[in-house]
Amino acid sequence: MEEKRGLWGEFTKGIIKENPVLRLILGCCATLAVTTAASNAIGMGAATTFVLVCSNAAISLLRNVIPNKVRIPAFITIIAGFVTVVQLFIKAFSPALDTALGVFLPLIVVNCIILGRAEMFASKNKVLPSIIDGLGMGVGFTAAMLAMGIVRELLGAGTVFGLPVLSGFMEPIIIFLLPPGGFFVFGMLIALAGKLSKEGRAPEATGCANCPLAASCSKINEKEGKGAAE
Amino acid sequence: MDAQAVKTLVAIFLAAILTENYVLNKFLGICPFLGVSKKLDTAFGMSCAVTVVMVIATAVTWPLYTYLLVPQGLGYLQTIVFILVIAALVQLLETVLRKYMPPLYSALGIYLPLITTNCAVLGVTMLVLEKGAADPSFGYVQSLVNAFGSGIGFLVAMILFAGVRERLEDCDIPETFQGLPITLVAASLVAVSFLGFNGLVDRLM
Repeated sequence: MEEKRGLWGEFTKGIIKENPVLRLILGCCATLAVTTAASNAIGMGAATTFVLVCSNAAISLLRNVIPNKVRIPAFITIIAGFVTVVQLFIKAFSPALDTALGVFLPLIVVNCIILGRAEMFASKNKVLPSIIDGLGMGVGFTAAMLAMGIVRELLGAGTVFGLPVLSGFMEPIIIFLLPPGGFFVFGMLIALAGKLSKEGRAPEATGCANCPLAASCSKINEKEGKGAAE
Repeated sequence: MDAQAVKTLVAIFLAAILTENYVLNKFLGICPFLGVSKKLDTAFGMSCAVTVVMVIATAVTWPLYTYLLVPQGLGYLQTIVFILVIAALVQLLETVLRKYMPPLYSALGIYLPLITTNCAVLGVTMLVLEKGAADPSFGYVQSLVNAFGSGIGFLVAMILFAGVRERLEDCDIPETFQGLPITLVAASLVAVSFLGFNGLVDRLM
């Protein structure tokens, strides 16, 4: 019974408390780029969730086999394998989605949510919790992208999932579909999520603590600190 | 090389910096853009490292894909091969720099490990191939120029944004927007200014 609650907790933390996009600020590139339409956001979210669940499961199974020194290249190779599977699948069954996502489909490989979860969770936990963790994070990622996709599509094109909603009511504001609109809506959503969170404020910077490369980043921050002191 | 070819290369270079800016138009490399742009000198160091790796990565992956993967019918292995090549290259570059060019290593070395998972680098190696598939005249030289221009475009965006962020430090920002939200809104305004370059390069061609 207790383990069940634990698993449920692993699942929900990714959706609300540790939402990868809005609270941990991971995977910003994909979030900003493919959210010009709500349907693209769902497609990207589903593809990422699949890779996340599979790579978490595989890495968790192999966690005692992979030597610690080469773990990052090993993780990247495993993730790249699953990304190729998704790529071929989407190319075969939904060419339209493949065109819409473009280069961001293979770029799931460098989405820091996936490598981050591999490093922070899957390499330290058993298979079942790792799968649940991946699923929760994937759903949280999809939900955040969907929220952005809906806002941008509604304001920028006057439609939601391609259905006209605002026609006749107001002219669409095209800039919301262009890159500046992406940055703007993302900033607003992070501010809102920060306001609603327990801390009551948005995070100061990107989710470096959850990134597997945080060690080398902290050197940069040290350098920045030194530069400020000089 | 005749004048027309040079003109095309210049147009590709300018397009990569201004109209197809990786950060502000294509949303590639947002993490370093938001994470390392607080101070001007770190922004500069990071962008230089990214530019170097972009050019070297394109120089290696382009022939690898065109002359090895495609003739063997292994095009679908692109993602795996490219990410491993980039990871190996970054490691090699780090070792070589540390051994033979210590001053350069101390300037760029700390940024190198971060670049392996930088989507701008993987992105440029794939996007030049996409361009080459759409337009057969877009060959190896054009790809290298595009990669170099993309790196410089990244540098321009980083430096501009580092300047904007230094100004933001002194501003009185509502509490809800402190931290990342105001940074993103500022990025949005910088992106608006880059929209102004639209159509510029088409006229050059």
